[in-house]
Amino acid sequence: MSAKFMFRDIISILDFTREDLETLFEFADRFIKINEKLEILKGKIVALAFFEPSTRTRLSFEVAAKKLGADVISIVGEEASSIAKGESFADTIRMLDSYSDLIVVRHRFEGAAKYAAEIAEKPVINAGDGRQHHPTQAMIDLYTIKKLFGEIDGLTYAVLGDLRYGRAATSFIYGLTLYKPKKVYLVSPPQLRIRDEVRRELIDRGLVFEEKNSILEVIEEIDVLYVTRIQKERFPDPVEYEKVRGSYIVTLGMLMKGKPHLKVLHPLPKVDEIDYSVDNSKYAAYFYQAKLGIPIRMALLSLVLGAG
Amino acid sequence: MPSGEVHTLIVPKILEGTVIDHIPAGKALEILKVLGISGQEGLRIAVLMNVESKKLGKKDIIKIEKKKLTVDEVNVIALIAPTATINIIENFIVVEKFKARVPDVVENIIKCPNPTCITNKDREPLKSRFRTISREPLLLQCDYCGVIVTRDDIPRLIRR
Ligand SMILES: [Zn+2]
Repeated sequence: MSAKFMFRDIISILDFTREDLETLFEFADRFIKINEKLEILKGKIVALAFFEPSTRTRLSFEVAAKKLGADVISIVGEEASSIAKGESFADTIRMLDSYSDLIVVRHRFEGAAKYAAEIAEKPVINAGDGRQHHPTQAMIDLYTIKKLFGEIDGLTYAVLGDLRYGRAATSFIYGLTLYKPKKVYLVSPPQLRIRDEVRRELIDRGLVFEEKNSILEVIEEIDVLYVTRIQKERFPDPVEYEKVRGSYIVTLGMLMKGKPHLKVLHPLPKVDEIDYSVDNSKYAAYFYQAKLGIPIRMALLSLVLGAG
Repeated sequence: MPSGEVHTLIVPKILEGTVIDHIPAGKALEILKVLGISGQEGLRIAVLMNVESKKLGKKDIIKIEKKKLTVDEVNVIALIAPTATINIIENFIVVEKFKARVPDVVENIIKCPNPTCITNKDREPLKSRFRTISREPLLLQCDYCGVIVTRDDIPRLIRR
């Protein structure tokens, strides 16, 4: 096992190398088939601090921790926000630091997890900070592609949706910079393009990418379509939203224009950005992707807590 | 020493302290602000603005008596005035002369412009922190939220 993960904070996917991820993926492979409860983290306490509600991510961490035999304490939603009103985030993190062996944090402020990691002595895992990072989601996404295609290098990708405010999309694109994709198309309405600092990072890291307005321009070329939601609130003008909305809904007809092995990923939850007809088709990989969240998080928790 | 270039205003040489010269015209007050000097400290300070300069056409000069700026304090000046030179004076003589250089890490001097950056959260005991990712053009990146700030953004983001 790799000492690189031991007691390390997991803040951004950019803090990792592809070798680190290979180690993680190999470790995750071992957990895929195991159904019984393990005792790898017996006696350990994992704290979940979800200052911004997210049922899926929280449950996924909780299940992963429990399957490894850890105990889980959590503050979520209402409770987290009432704590947030009374005391500083820093004080809450200090409390959790004294109660637990590892802290998983989600917060709507960018940089919250990094700040928590500076305060806590125990390792901190970022489960989403504002629009910025969601490293464990990127790990799951890359692992899914590896499982589906055997390879992450050499493929052509399109990332569709809100690339400006969507942390899952941003983290996935950052994750791709650790590999050598043939090309990455970033498809969004002009007002939801990647942020300047993200563009700069991609250029610095030598990612081959191109920004597009419509998925139809590239559908025939791509192997992987990563879909994220465009939120209505991002548009000051509802008319403008209605105009772009249609071209960001993925339908079976659209996918049938693409390669036969084309796969659609989505970080979930999805609302209406993928038509239901896609769910049961050979293109849908997002339910499989969601399932891989457990082995990846199990692998990460055990590596970080040094129980390899 | 800059005195030879000043025609209309006579400001005596200082015995001991710091002379900040070659400040772009009109920027002297912003510099006092980044240095955290309000005038309430009781220091004797001369601020000359829009005086003639061979190099810059017009420039500002600040003379601060008794206070010798440290390298860290001086480097902060470069955020506003990249052309500034700093002279440390002892017994009326320049004992040290250096150019302001933007530090690699700029801590607690400017505020992050991103309202949902953790450094802008109420009642959190944390300092803003930016890393210098380019000096020409000047680009600073928030260590917490990743936002990039340019030289033009800096005056309105000064914290003090
Ligand atoms: Zn910031």
